[in-house]
Amino acid sequence: MDAIKDTLLNMLSDLHPDVDFESETNLIDNKILDSFDIVSLIADINDELDVAITADKIVPENFNSLEALTKLVFELSDED
Amino acid sequence: MLFTSYSFIGFLAIVILLYWLIPRKARWVFLLAASICFYYQSGKTNLLYILATVVTTYIFTNLIDRNNTKEKEYIKANKESLSKEERKAYKEKQKSKRQKLLVASILINIGMLAVVKYTNFTINNINSVMRFFGSGAHLSFIDIVVPMGISYYIFQTVGYSIDVYRGKSSATKNIFKFALFASFFPQLVQGPISRYDDLAPQLYESRKFDWKVTSFGLQRILWGFFKKLVVADRLLTAVQTIISKNDVYSGIYVLIGMLFYAIELYCDFTGGIDITIGTAEALGINLKENFIRPYFSKTLKEFWNRWHITMGTWFTDYIFYPLSVSKFMLNLSRSSRQKLGDKIGKRVPVYTATIIVWFTTGIWHGSSWNFIVWGLGNCVVLLISQELEPFYKWFHSKTKVQGTRIWDAFRVCRTLLIVSTLRLLDCYRNVPLTFRMFASIFKNSGEITAKNWGALGLTNFDYGVIIVAVIIIFVVSLIQRSGSVREKIYKLPYWGKFCIWFGLFLIVLIFGQYGIGFSASQFIYNQF
Repeated sequence: MDAIKDTLLNMLSDLHPDVDFESETNLIDNKILDSFDIVSLIADINDELDVAITADKIVPENFNSLEALTKLVFELSDED
Repeated sequence: MLFTSYSFIGFLAIVILLYWLIPRKARWVFLLAASICFYYQSGKTNLLYILATVVTTYIFTNLIDRNNTKEKEYIKANKESLSKEERKAYKEKQKSKRQKLLVASILINIGMLAVVKYTNFTINNINSVMRFFGSGAHLSFIDIVVPMGISYYIFQTVGYSIDVYRGKSSATKNIFKFALFASFFPQLVQGPISRYDDLAPQLYESRKFDWKVTSFGLQRILWGFFKKLVVADRLLTAVQTIISKNDVYSGIYVLIGMLFYAIELYCDFTGGIDITIGTAEALGINLKENFIRPYFSKTLKEFWNRWHITMGTWFTDYIFYPLSVSKFMLNLSRSSRQKLGDKIGKRVPVYTATIIVWFTTGIWHGSSWNFIVWGLGNCVVLLISQELEPFYKWFHSKTKVQGTRIWDAFRVCRTLLIVSTLRLLDCYRNVPLTFRMFASIFKNSGEITAKNWGALGLTNFDYGVIIVAVIIIFVVSLIQRSGSVREKIYKLPYWGKFCIWFGLFLIVLIFGQYGIGFSASQFIYNQF
């Protein structure tokens, strides 16, 4: 889980280097991540972690924080 | 039945009164009957379209739901005996069945929308192509009337089907209850496009009567009438004159027309939505907001997050995301990155999906090339802004304008100018004419003379009313930034509340464009 978290942190930091993703918990509600960012992120996750995030999983609760996203990716990788 | 007609006001008064008088359990049935009556008034054949949508969506969503339940029960019953691979294979097989059902449901409904809305547009294009190649053949147009609100209820029911497929909503077993969700009368005219989880529980489980909530709803209806009857319908004649007599009204008049249309469209659409949301509120039902002071937006992207919000989120959730994260797009992303490098390659799928979404948004607004170019024009501006992000960052690191009021005001004006320029495509009859009229702004044409100005159809009194009304709307929008204006008024002493609401009522009564000899126009977004 920690490895997934580190990879996701790197991806998010690439998108917005000026955001503290470890403490931010309202990435969607505060409009830090937009739809372009989310789609780029999903493509990166698919590429680097080989985890497919489907459209039905794109809800604010899954993308509002690094923790939530890590949990989602971990669960999906576990399903596979 | 026009929202601004006497018959609607009478209908509304009866519906609100009876709704709160009858037993709670029967209220949803009453609302369904009221919705059918309302829709019947707009044309008897229109009922057939909505009925087809209700029946097909109901059948397919229940089949999807049944399959979902069957899968869960099978997995549960065979938890011990199935291997991980067998379970996965079974799930995939069931998912594929549900996918087919969903596709069938979407094809039937979107197909119906496409036939009524785009058949003549397609015929027109085929004829143009045949003419281009010198063929004398000519296809005749079909006589078809687009049923009122068809885009809205089909989008709403398609969204519901996808939610059931995704397991976000469970399919309703009562077709009459589902019919109410699809046909709830206030939103049939011009949206907002509601989601099942938000709206359905409120429709089926009526609240206890609360005078504050109902009176807030009535106040909002009044505010909607003010925008529509005092401002939008007053400006309509001038806008139509500028557009239709484009040989006279070019140059500076195009700019004036852009400004007039920006005000007219805002007051027409937000006014209509105020009446819609207010009507629902008077019945104790909360609909999603469709606008958050859109003309205060500093960028086009922000504008689209604040204008016709329910349509924007619908396109994002049900087209942009599924398309962007589809297997095809992810493979495209991978191959693009390999061939074009990481920086450009990762943009390919996002930009492809964005172009498709804006093409769809354009054609949703109207079956003509004007709207397609309008949609793609918005897309181009959004993508250029996205690409210019590093430049903006550099610019702000070198200057100290960011965050200043002047800079913010400049950005707001710039956004309004972009939005209004693109909207010219909404006004003129074809794309080349629109470009010619836009170009005329930069030429020395369209001199302002007393004759031309007078022929716009507005008197000095009308201009005075419009200016004062726009100032009122602007001030209300400013106050709104710190919370609900109605809540603020509610806290005032009784005489203060009375003066404000009775005053607004009198303003609508005295300055509204209605009555004998005047036919209030249909809402602009009703045609979509």
